[in-house]
Amino acid sequence: MKLTRNKTFKTFADPLWQNNPISIQVLGICSALAVTVQMNTALVMALALTFVISFSNLTVSILRNSIPGNVRIIFELSIISTLVIIADQVLQAFMYDISRQLSVFVGLIITNCIVMGRAETFAMSNKPFISFADGLGNGLGYGGVLVLVAFFRELLGSGKLFGYDIVPESFYAAGYENMGFMLLAPAAFIIIGLLVWLQKTIMNK
Amino acid sequence: MENLINIFLNSVFVGNILLAYFLGMCSFLAVSNNMETSIGLGFAVIFVLGITAPVNWIVNHFLLAPGALAWAGLPEMDLSFLKFITFIAVIAAMVQAVEIVIDRFSQPLYSSLGVFLPLIAVNCAILGTVLFMVEREYDFIESVVFGIGSGVGWMLAIVSMAAIRLKLRYADVPVGLQGFGITMIATGLMAMAFMLFSGITLGS
Repeated sequence: MKLTRNKTFKTFADPLWQNNPISIQVLGICSALAVTVQMNTALVMALALTFVISFSNLTVSILRNSIPGNVRIIFELSIISTLVIIADQVLQAFMYDISRQLSVFVGLIITNCIVMGRAETFAMSNKPFISFADGLGNGLGYGGVLVLVAFFRELLGSGKLFGYDIVPESFYAAGYENMGFMLLAPAAFIIIGLLVWLQKTIMNK
Repeated sequence: MENLINIFLNSVFVGNILLAYFLGMCSFLAVSNNMETSIGLGFAVIFVLGITAPVNWIVNHFLLAPGALAWAGLPEMDLSFLKFITFIAVIAAMVQAVEIVIDRFSQPLYSSLGVFLPLIAVNCAILGTVLFMVEREYDFIESVVFGIGSGVGWMLAIVSMAAIRLKLRYADVPVGLQGFGITMIATGLMAMAFMLFSGITLGS
């Protein structure tokens, strides 16, 4: 059990549940909702964000002593945009279809408040390795929520998971219908609201 | 002209930047519990979008798009992979410029906007609108209309949310749902109402 008491491990594990970037810190909602119609896009988005946030934390933390205080925002933005450009180019090269579906939302990782928020509050004042762990934890915590929301929306909305049919034919024959509502914007808001309710209720116990 | 009205109405109601594309949620959630700052921030967003959308259109059209550097004798140059970093730099610079101009000419407006002006630079509604403008291949006039329309739509959403949250203070909300949870659900219901506008188009 030594590993779980380690400070680095705590930094990594905290944002997964206790201090989840979406449901507790209320950061980065923007992109969280738009890409959750399908599991595929949600997963790719989660991986792209985890990549960007962990390496931006690492880079900002390595450079933290040489960044002048009053221009640090521009500095962080250029580090983040460079990483986003790399992620975007990789997606366009190897997963063109998904990159088309994600459209502008990969670019919007730049202004995702989680990335800026972690660079600003954590990486600017901590050592490189622990900042990397913090970025990884936050990225995965964000990705977890994304995949969970996408799971409900794709399953209920189109009866599929990862594009494969899950709901058996006999259900449709018996009169079951997909909820088209789940594929629309309002459903995403409401599902997140309900998930937050669930998490807060469990945590208060 | 019909086309322009159509783009405007579409960006305010049907394709509302916040309720249909979820952009600018962070400041939306943080600020919408106060009516006055919501209105101030709304105007600031309209203002900044009305300026940055056309400026970024010019940058994209004459510098970044494939073949855009033909005027400089480099017709095969394609710099479009630089668009993220260029757009965000232009936005940050424009926000800074707008801040200086407002500070110089309208002191009351400057002090009422306060910290929200610089924060607009990292508001995803701005970058999102600019990226949508590029993706949908609007021309110059259309980009001005689209920029202002998106700003108006965002302001409409945040001001109505501030009004709803004002009423919510007197509502009996379950403990776990208080704060963030109920705000999300109310936003969802509002987005549903805005969906009624879909299908409305003018002209062809």
